[in-house]
Amino acid sequence: MGFFKDISVKPWQQQGVIDTGRMGPEAIFDSPRVALYFLIMAITTLFLLFGFAYILRMGLSDWRATPEPDLLWFNTLCLVLSSVVLQWTSGAVKDGSRTSVFFGLIVSGSFASIFLLGQWLVWQQLVEQGYYLSSNPANSFFFLITGLHGLHMLGGLVVWSKVVVKMGRGDDVDSLSSSIQLCAVYWHFLLLLWVALFYLLLST
Amino acid sequence: MAHAAIADTDHEQHLHDPQTFITKYIYSQDHKVIAIQYGIVAIGVGLVALVLSGMMRLQLGFPNSFEFIDPNSYYQFITMHGMIMVIYLLTALFLGGFGNYLIPLMIGARDMVFPFLNMLSFWFYFLSVLVLMSSFFVTGGPTGAGWTLYPPATILPGTPGSDMGIILMLVSLTIFIIAFTMGGLNYVTTVLQARARGMTLMRMPLTVWSIFTATILGLLAFPALLVSAIMMMFDKLLGSSFFMPAVVSAGENLAYDGGSPILFQHLFWFFGHPEVYIVALPAFGLVSDVLATHARKSIFGYRTMVWAIIAIGGMSFIVWAHHMYVSGMNPYFGFFFATTTLMIAIPTAIKVYNWVLTLWKGDIHLTVPMLFCIAFIFTFINGGLTGLFLGNVTVDVPLSDTYFVVAHFHMVMGVSPVLVLYASIYHWFPKITGKMYHDGLAKVHFWFTFLGAYAIYFPMHYLGIEGLPRRYFAMGDTDFMSDTAMALNAQITIAALIVGVAQLLFIANVIWSLRYGKKAPSNPWGSTSLEWQTPQTPPAHGNWGDKLPEVHRWAYDYSVPGADEDFVPQTVPEGEEFSEGQAEPARTA
Repeated sequence: MGFFKDISVKPWQQQGVIDTGRMGPEAIFDSPRVALYFLIMAITTLFLLFGFAYILRMGLSDWRATPEPDLLWFNTLCLVLSSVVLQWTSGAVKDGSRTSVFFGLIVSGSFASIFLLGQWLVWQQLVEQGYYLSSNPANSFFFLITGLHGLHMLGGLVVWSKVVVKMGRGDDVDSLSSSIQLCAVYWHFLLLLWVALFYLLLST
Repeated sequence: MAHAAIADTDHEQHLHDPQTFITKYIYSQDHKVIAIQYGIVAIGVGLVALVLSGMMRLQLGFPNSFEFIDPNSYYQFITMHGMIMVIYLLTALFLGGFGNYLIPLMIGARDMVFPFLNMLSFWFYFLSVLVLMSSFFVTGGPTGAGWTLYPPATILPGTPGSDMGIILMLVSLTIFIIAFTMGGLNYVTTVLQARARGMTLMRMPLTVWSIFTATILGLLAFPALLVSAIMMMFDKLLGSSFFMPAVVSAGENLAYDGGSPILFQHLFWFFGHPEVYIVALPAFGLVSDVLATHARKSIFGYRTMVWAIIAIGGMSFIVWAHHMYVSGMNPYFGFFFATTTLMIAIPTAIKVYNWVLTLWKGDIHLTVPMLFCIAFIFTFINGGLTGLFLGNVTVDVPLSDTYFVVAHFHMVMGVSPVLVLYASIYHWFPKITGKMYHDGLAKVHFWFTFLGAYAIYFPMHYLGIEGLPRRYFAMGDTDFMSDTAMALNAQITIAALIVGVAQLLFIANVIWSLRYGKKAPSNPWGSTSLEWQTPQTPPAHGNWGDKLPEVHRWAYDYSVPGADEDFVPQTVPEGEEFSEGQAEPARTA
């Protein structure tokens, strides 16, 4: 328990320049990674609270479950593929093959875009079948949760597109390796989040 | 590795050097400029909220004497006063203002780790303020739902501002949360990653510890506000029924059905209670540093202070439902939340004892910052003790809707943090501006504010116990109260107006000192922490000149036995002689 050890030293006893510990300039993580972990923490809280609200609201009498179109399974598959390819890409960075990294980025981004498009189509299907946002709280939650998850995916794609533009401009692969790895972390997080949300939607 | 990293940062810093007036003062990425921008906007919008409270008091003290205050506008004043003070003033000024200014300087960094994100954070905050202020000018005016925005009333016709006002409020809060998240990620990452060589976690001043912890609280708590704001926006604009039960309005059934207003309350207070500590923790940290400096003593129990900050932060997430005793709940829940609420008094009491013990046998300099700190300790004990009353379900239920609660939370989270803000502004004013403030004027300001605050809020406890209801525009049939009690209302109003006007002394002092103030020495209080050891005052872009500081000791080496001076800066190596003359001109008395 490093943190507890860190905060139990008596700072008035020792003088001189001493090691700042695992964090600080000698840190194992770079700053963007630390920031990303905190962002993931905040987003997790956000969706956790939506989850609690969902479960609480579900217990009330007027809840009529929303059907889950089969398309959602296809979308989930796309998201998984996107994540897998991006993981492969962040591995390819080390080998330094420029074409394979660029290829990997484009493929994973495309899968993520197909996912978003698929979610949009799911919305269309539901509306066509008469499951409007305001007709039942289950529907409202469905649109709300999928929409917010999509927005976070969109945010990821903005960062992704910046990386793609930089690669297209001819930037060094090494200089982008950190960004690509962080994209992969964020992608995996959004995948996990989606699986949890999908489970919540399916189980009701 | 470490040196390579530092060299890289240095290189980057030079690239970001501001060139023109615009890049230097408007679109600045320098944490100090951003901090001042945050400060000016927060204080500006705080003055609006101050005026609003004055208008409320006019109606309460002298009912129906003013034509421009009707029940609708009264509720709008309440709502906007509360929301502005809690979020747009206190949160923004403590974290955006002091967090931005002090974190990099106190840990020996050149800037925040993401300067561009930091700038974006300010501009989002500014936008959120503009959106909020614009609600004064739309049809129906700002929302009058109370700062807690409880549904269903909040979005139903009949509540002032239920058309545009509430939408603008929710949009503004959403933008604020985005701004806070961008700033917050910066603060925590900077504290963890950008500390100078030798600055271990336990060598950080308590200010940094407390702002760090408060920021993590914010990152975990603001999502709850975002969830409630988004869901309420859906209910209002898209006709969903998350929070809205079946409602009959003016004889007609509205389309809402089955929603749960209690759900909103849980979400809101899951944010709302940590929010109290998002404001209080930075105040605790700042007051600890100012107190130790002006008492010329190391802070008593540094480690327990750190542990208490962490403990309070953790516990603040399991007490939220004590705001909802009167909403009705399972008695076992009530018992649980009452117990956790009373338990949080333990780390808080540790902090109070440590402040008092820091003063004990200290070489106390009654400077203006010190006066404000001591006033804070009084006020915080006062507000904290009434908190122990209200934490109990059986005591809270009869008192909840009375002025006792108004008195309690204004003492504990209104006056106390504001006193710390003043202490901190006066304390760091020489470093921020390079000028000394006018001491006499500042002392007059202090006494008006401190005594005035007691003249306002002390009698409210009494009014509350007598049963005077809060939130009411007009008191109507309050025959059960004595005439003398009712006369107190007028006295409170007069005191409030005087205190309100007295804040102009502060503004005047700032303006006067900027123009005519004495030039400040670089370390006027004889402080140990890094921000006072910068080569220039005010610190230049990049903070430290050519060389980053190295930290050799903790932040509280005051009155060390055997040392020549009564303080040893954190940068002084072990065993090296330190006398003030070598570093900077003598400090003022």
